[in-house]
Amino acid sequence: MPRVRFGDFASELRVGESTLDALLRSGAAVSYSCKAGSCGSCMLRAVEGGIPATAQTGLKDSWKVRGYFLACVCHPEEDMTCAPVDADAQVPAHILSMDALSADVVRLRLGCDAPFEFSAGQYVTMVRADGLARSYSIASLPEEGFLELQVRCLPNGRMSEWIRKDAQIGDTVKVLGPSGDCFYVPGKPEQPLILIGTGTGLAPLYGILRDALSHGHSGPIHLFHGAMREEGLYLREELAELAAVKSNFEYVPSLLHSDGPIDQVVLKRFPKPAGSRAFLCGDPSIVQALKKKLFLHGMELRDIHADAFLPAA
Amino acid sequence: MTLYEQLGGQPAVEAAVDIFYRKVLLDDRISHFFEGVDMDKQRAKQKGFLTMAFGGPHNYSGQDMRNGHARLVKMGLNDSHFDAVVELLGGTLAELGVKDELIQQVAAIAESTRNDVLGR
Repeated sequence: MPRVRFGDFASELRVGESTLDALLRSGAAVSYSCKAGSCGSCMLRAVEGGIPATAQTGLKDSWKVRGYFLACVCHPEEDMTCAPVDADAQVPAHILSMDALSADVVRLRLGCDAPFEFSAGQYVTMVRADGLARSYSIASLPEEGFLELQVRCLPNGRMSEWIRKDAQIGDTVKVLGPSGDCFYVPGKPEQPLILIGTGTGLAPLYGILRDALSHGHSGPIHLFHGAMREEGLYLREELAELAAVKSNFEYVPSLLHSDGPIDQVVLKRFPKPAGSRAFLCGDPSIVQALKKKLFLHGMELRDIHADAFLPAA
Repeated sequence: MTLYEQLGGQPAVEAAVDIFYRKVLLDDRISHFFEGVDMDKQRAKQKGFLTMAFGGPHNYSGQDMRNGHARLVKMGLNDSHFDAVVELLGGTLAELGVKDELIQQVAAIAESTRNDVLGR
């Protein structure tokens, strides 16, 4: 029978046992509740070993591709090594470049000094040599060979002030992660994509947009970027140029004061968003309100990607 | 054939959950209990609830029901809110074309959790 492993715990499956049963018997502290593949409490990540399809029924595509599965309904046919969802990798990295994208947004590019797998739109925690840590979304694609973060400079922001004033090309940092399920999963190339962000919520969307295009996404892609002031609409020229050459890409910059709340802007453009896939980034209250409105307007929750909560294992 | 099988099992739960959750969020009698909760997590809980109410496999005890709703009872959760949920559950099934007789059976299973949910 196959063996299952979780940290220091391992055991061989007995007839009829699920991965959860075997792990619990080995003494591993895995949380669970319904034991029927419904509640999601026992969700784990498969580090090695094939996942039976039934153990991923109903999960978001972006969870499936990360190897997430429900241990209680998992009956593996080969050995499996499991980990808690979102268990962080940690790699050393160094600063490759720093450029101003606007008066208060810096484009920071990092080179990782060890292999680091991620998808554009996920986020990482950057840790400075003295331990100061901040999380940022990833605006670059893996094939570009660097991690691009778009950092808003906040008054008295310790990390952002350091990046703006003191950091030097070549300085070393550590990168933890990646986390988050807000990224493009290939497949359904005709599905309309709605990307909505405020402020530096543009960073992950900028990555997701280019990732979708590089995968040949053929359905319409609409990017809504909201900001308080004109100047907050950074990358405006580049995005407008891209929209001019890509017939399936629409760029909708909006000023929250004059154009109204971004959910109204979006719903005016898309009174019936059902069937689309949405990516929401930025201000938590705006993201939460948008998520609810899109759901109530007929979208499926599994098609709405934000920096969503993942149950801790 | 069990009730769960007659209703269509796991695919039926999957078909019902979004309809049911939308009804809950739009209902002024109970929507305030769901303000600020993580929607993905809540959807998973709704699936667990529907699976149980459909007579499907579950592992919830009365104590789990009590613990899970204690915070809401403190917020004022009472019989009228419980009734509203049962009503929306019935409405969801009716919308999916489920026969009255089966809806009654689902309502009866939901009803059996009333005292645990309301913490008494």
